[in-house]
Amino acid sequence: MSAVPAAEFTAVGRHYPGGVRALDAVDLRIDQGEMAAILGPSGSGKSTLLHLLGTLDAPTEGTVRVFGHDVGALSDDGLSALRARSIGFVFQQFHLAPNVPAVDNVADGLLYTGAGFRTRRRRALRALDRVGLTDRAHHRPHELSGGQRQRVAIARAVVGSPRLLLADEPTGALDTASGAAVMELLGELNLEGVTVVVITHDRELAARLPRRVEVRDGRVVADSGVAPREEAV
Amino acid sequence: MRAPLRRRGGPGPGPRPARMAFGDRLRTGAGGLRARPTRVVLSALGIAIGIAAMVAVVGVSSSGRAELDERIGRLGTNLVTVSPGSDLFGGEATLPEEAQGRIGRMPEVESVSQVELLSGTNVYRSDLVPSGESGGIGAYAVDPGLLETIRAEVRLGSGLNPATRDHPSVVLGAAAAERLGIDRITPDTVVLIGDTYFSVVGVLERADLAPELDNAALIGRSVAERVFGAEGEASTVYVRVDPEKVASVRERVGRNANPERPNEVEVSRPSDALEARRAADQTLNGLLLGLGGVALLVGGVGVANTMVISVLERRGEIGLRRALGATRRDVRTQFLVEAMALSALGGLAGVLLGAAATAGYALLRGWPVALPWWAGVGAVCVTVLIGAVAGLWPALRAAAQQPTEALGSA
Ligand SMILES: Nc1ncnc2c1ncn2[C@@H]1O[C@H](COP(=O)(O)OP(=O)(O)O)[C@@H](O)[C@H]1O
Ligand SMILES: [Mg+2]
Repeated sequence: MSAVPAAEFTAVGRHYPGGVRALDAVDLRIDQGEMAAILGPSGSGKSTLLHLLGTLDAPTEGTVRVFGHDVGALSDDGLSALRARSIGFVFQQFHLAPNVPAVDNVADGLLYTGAGFRTRRRRALRALDRVGLTDRAHHRPHELSGGQRQRVAIARAVVGSPRLLLADEPTGALDTASGAAVMELLGELNLEGVTVVVITHDRELAARLPRRVEVRDGRVVADSGVAPREEAV
Repeated sequence: MRAPLRRRGGPGPGPRPARMAFGDRLRTGAGGLRARPTRVVLSALGIAIGIAAMVAVVGVSSSGRAELDERIGRLGTNLVTVSPGSDLFGGEATLPEEAQGRIGRMPEVESVSQVELLSGTNVYRSDLVPSGESGGIGAYAVDPGLLETIRAEVRLGSGLNPATRDHPSVVLGAAAAERLGIDRITPDTVVLIGDTYFSVVGVLERADLAPELDNAALIGRSVAERVFGAEGEASTVYVRVDPEKVASVRERVGRNANPERPNEVEVSRPSDALEARRAADQTLNGLLLGLGGVALLVGGVGVANTMVISVLERRGEIGLRRALGATRRDVRTQFLVEAMALSALGGLAGVLLGAAATAGYALLRGWPVALPWWAGVGAVCVTVLIGAVAGLWPALRAAAQQPTEALGSA
């Protein structure tokens, strides 16, 4: 089965007024089921790339297709629906609602999918279970460690079973051990079939991933390419 | 370079967003208030004060009106008073002696009772008070049925009854008793009227339909004739008439009282003064309501201010919600609902506060507590509206924020 690519960039530029070229002439294809790391120094355009992948931003040049949809041609509603159903985000700063129990933070990952309140809670508990935080469901963010907070954020990102999971330096605010645990969790989710793209500047962590895309000054300067997988079968 | 970020809202090509349930919108919008309770309380306070002021104004005035209505109902609007006016040359006229009898024979009249001011007769607590300090209390010779006709109530003791009527006994009006310092009655309680001691047998409540009797000492007619030489020349005749025929009696009673000189008779309906007080209330109410409105406006500005700050502070949350799939509309609605909830919270507190103030004031004055339901419902509706107006601009700002903004920053 040759599924539509998770994302496909064709000559993509993202320019800002004043001549800033956050991304320039990027061609990139990420197939469903892949797990890729995006590497590069600070300011090289990694986050910009991830935002385009996640339809939070649109290119000023070229086309971005996500699951076949031309991001530049979709309305705000169309993009929002795509994000609600197919894309999950994890951020360096977690972005958890303060004073809100973990389970409700996770349940908010389904708020814009049309799922009812009970369903959202039930699935949130299951997602917390999945990231190993069953016993922390009713803790508030400030009662959790950094690693636990990031796992809550991951649970929120995957509670809606997205096909594409995007993480912007998810280990950036964590110690080495928690960071490794988070990367391991992302790896497991990938094995369950989720396409995972993760920004990191930890070369050691990146080295263990099947694919590495290196960005510098808004351009892709190295790409270890699509790892041959089930296509061969 | 084409601007990539401005997108149409509403449906377009591609997947359709799910509709958020009403309950979820409410929960999400109100949920934003829980994070900063102190600020919520402070900015709802402005609204609460404005609403409380307006509700209290409405409550106090309707309680006052309820009390007035109750009083008017009790007193009846069918009392007509007949008194001498002035003659052609501006001098004081008099009523003929037969006036009371003739009025009493009118078929519409239910009861009639006259009083006669004993002019030049002063009333004192004791003979130690110098004669200049009588306090303007008038002594009146009255008919037996007077209190029933004007429906005056006895606060202390009793009215003049056959047992006391012919002896030197007196009933004092409320103001007169106060001036004379009489707040209880013992067998020794006496006042000096002219040169004669009278035992005080009763004190009246304020007589709304005959306020001239509040500052009066009422004595029986036969005693008055004996002691002061009263002549039966009425200073006022109180006439209780068939409630259906008040207007017609009013027109004809002057001619009955004084057929020769009907123009020298003054006829009035004392309940008119009570009814006029209801109208007088309204102007003051308008002013107070206006002040409440100003407080409400200030409260609305406070809500808008809070929401603007909230939107600025929560750029990260807005970005996150957009990443989770919120449409611009979802974000706009969330902040709009939050502003409405904030304002309505103030409104609700204001209604409770205003109702409490109404109840407190009414109970203090011995009035019935009356707060029309529309005041509470209206107040909450108005605050929801204020919240919507105050929250509109901040909500539009929130919805216009780029999804990527503030997502990458700490
Ligand atoms: N809203 C913006 N306006 C102008 N320049 C921007 C904006 N966002 C990002 N940039 C610029 O684009 C470049 C790439 O940014 P970013 O993708 O955040 O880099 P990275 O995530 O790799 O650190 C930087 O030079 C940054 O200053
Ligand atoms: Mg970045």
